[in-house]
Amino acid sequence: MEIGEKETEILNILQDDGKISLENLSDMVDLDKDEVKEMVEGLENNGYIKKYKAVINWEKLEKEPAYASINIKVELSREGGYDKIAERIAGFPEVENIRLISGEYDLRIVVKGGSMRDIADFIAEKISPLENVRDTVTHFVLKTYKKDGEKLFEQAEDRRIQISP
Amino acid sequence: MKTSKKVKSVPPSGIREFFELVVGMDDVISLGVGEPDFVTPWRIRESGIYSLEAGYTSYTSNKGLLKLRKLISEKIRNEYSKNFDPQNEVLITTGVSEAYDLAIRAIVDEGDEVVIMEPSYVSYNPCVNFAGGKVKKVTTELKNGFKPNFEDIKQKITDKTVAIVINYPNNPTGTCISKEKLKNIFKIAKENDIWLISDEIYSDMVFEGEKTSSLEIKNAKDNLILLDGFSKSYAMTGWRIGYAVGKEEIIKTMNKIHQYTMLCAPILSQKAAIEALKNARPDVEEMINKYRRRKKLVVNKLEKIGLDHYEPDGSFYVFPKITSTNLSSKEFAEKLLDRKKVAVVPGTAFGEAGEGFIRISFSTGKKELNLALNKINDFVKNQR
Ligand SMILES: Cc1ncc(COP(=O)(O)O)c(C=O)c1O
Repeated sequence: MEIGEKETEILNILQDDGKISLENLSDMVDLDKDEVKEMVEGLENNGYIKKYKAVINWEKLEKEPAYASINIKVELSREGGYDKIAERIAGFPEVENIRLISGEYDLRIVVKGGSMRDIADFIAEKISPLENVRDTVTHFVLKTYKKDGEKLFEQAEDRRIQISP
Repeated sequence: MKTSKKVKSVPPSGIREFFELVVGMDDVISLGVGEPDFVTPWRIRESGIYSLEAGYTSYTSNKGLLKLRKLISEKIRNEYSKNFDPQNEVLITTGVSEAYDLAIRAIVDEGDEVVIMEPSYVSYNPCVNFAGGKVKKVTTELKNGFKPNFEDIKQKITDKTVAIVINYPNNPTGTCISKEKLKNIFKIAKENDIWLISDEIYSDMVFEGEKTSSLEIKNAKDNLILLDGFSKSYAMTGWRIGYAVGKEEIIKTMNKIHQYTMLCAPILSQKAAIEALKNARPDVEEMINKYRRRKKLVVNKLEKIGLDHYEPDGSFYVFPKITSTNLSSKEFAEKLLDRKKVAVVPGTAFGEAGEGFIRISFSTGKKELNLALNKINDFVKNQR
């Protein structure tokens, strides 16, 4: 599948609003609904769109899970580089994201758990003992202010006057 | 006690009149707003806050902070290879509103004439009248994409004419102008030795095709008074900051008025404008992308509703024709407000040439835009 201007525009629009109606989307990119539908399916089937998710403000529900960000120092073994250990860690559903980073530590992961206790146990049982893991530091998240580009705090409402020149 | 006859003779603003109807009504979706729905990008607000903390609370030189004037001059040099000396050829004002008023007062004497294209931005005519001048209107039409006709302009020129005012991208029609047409308008200005006041406040908001600035025209500087600002591109309407550039003679004259009537633009806003020019380009691009998508949404909807219109080249307005509903502009806007609680501005607020049209602003989120357009659709279907 070739990614041209229209496809890129569709990706940008969907990244901002995954629930946009097919009609609005086709109006915005100036194509027929059928064409757009086909393009979106193509983007999905070819792995450009991984999935559609909601950004949920769990904090508002006061039911937010615990999060921790963990820096991991890795000792590379002879076979397999960072990818191998990253893929291994990625297998645990508790792990929300993994990134290879520069600096003193090598990997930064974000882990989600029902409580801080759960996360501490998970690190102790699954991450620290891994053969290639030399060292970890765990930072528990105390509050989330912005997530996936969305601010989670109250924002100013529209203060404009209703009619202006 | 007495109030000025001259001021009394200027008709009240059509926008204001309509605003009085809307104000106090609950749950109105307004497509009548002439300013961005975005708040000023954070980096600009943050630099304003920082300036306050650092104690920047004084006057500046009349012409504005030299650093800001230099940045404006640089921007013009980079984009158009035209030189304006930041010392003498750039003036920072409290918005294009002030800049326009200064320009008019700097050139108009009692009885002088100024040529203006209609439909036009609401301040153009009144400011000329306040200055004792007379407006000569050139009507632009939907069938020509609201672009002015060379011959029509030429016909309005008399030995009393002192300036032609243009505004592209245009409020309220969203139209831009080709370089060819611009060249011709400059030719008229040159031949008659008059000013060309170009209000380019929407210059960053061009969606399709080339950007058409007067600065592209060869020798433009001889006749040009260019007005631009931060209100629209950077979503900074409330900061009240803009600027004028032109050759020394005109900037000096404008500054003579400015120094007595305004003294200077607010220093806080000047500081924020510096940040805007230096670092806010990506924020602007992001906003323009949103406007572009919404424009597409709106014009495609208008197409389906069956309201004839010119697809805007820039700005955040579209100016559809509503005569198929057998309603006047004012009736349409009032009935739509009354029945559907959607506010649009009657075209007549922009002059007689706006009769038969309404202005829809798409500086509104997609959700409200959809809702409002569906309501307009229902309304129009019921009218026909
Ligand atoms: C064409 C035009 N010129 C000038 C202005 C006023 O701009 P400012 O906020 O810089 O005074 C506006 C605002 O609506 C406008 O549309």
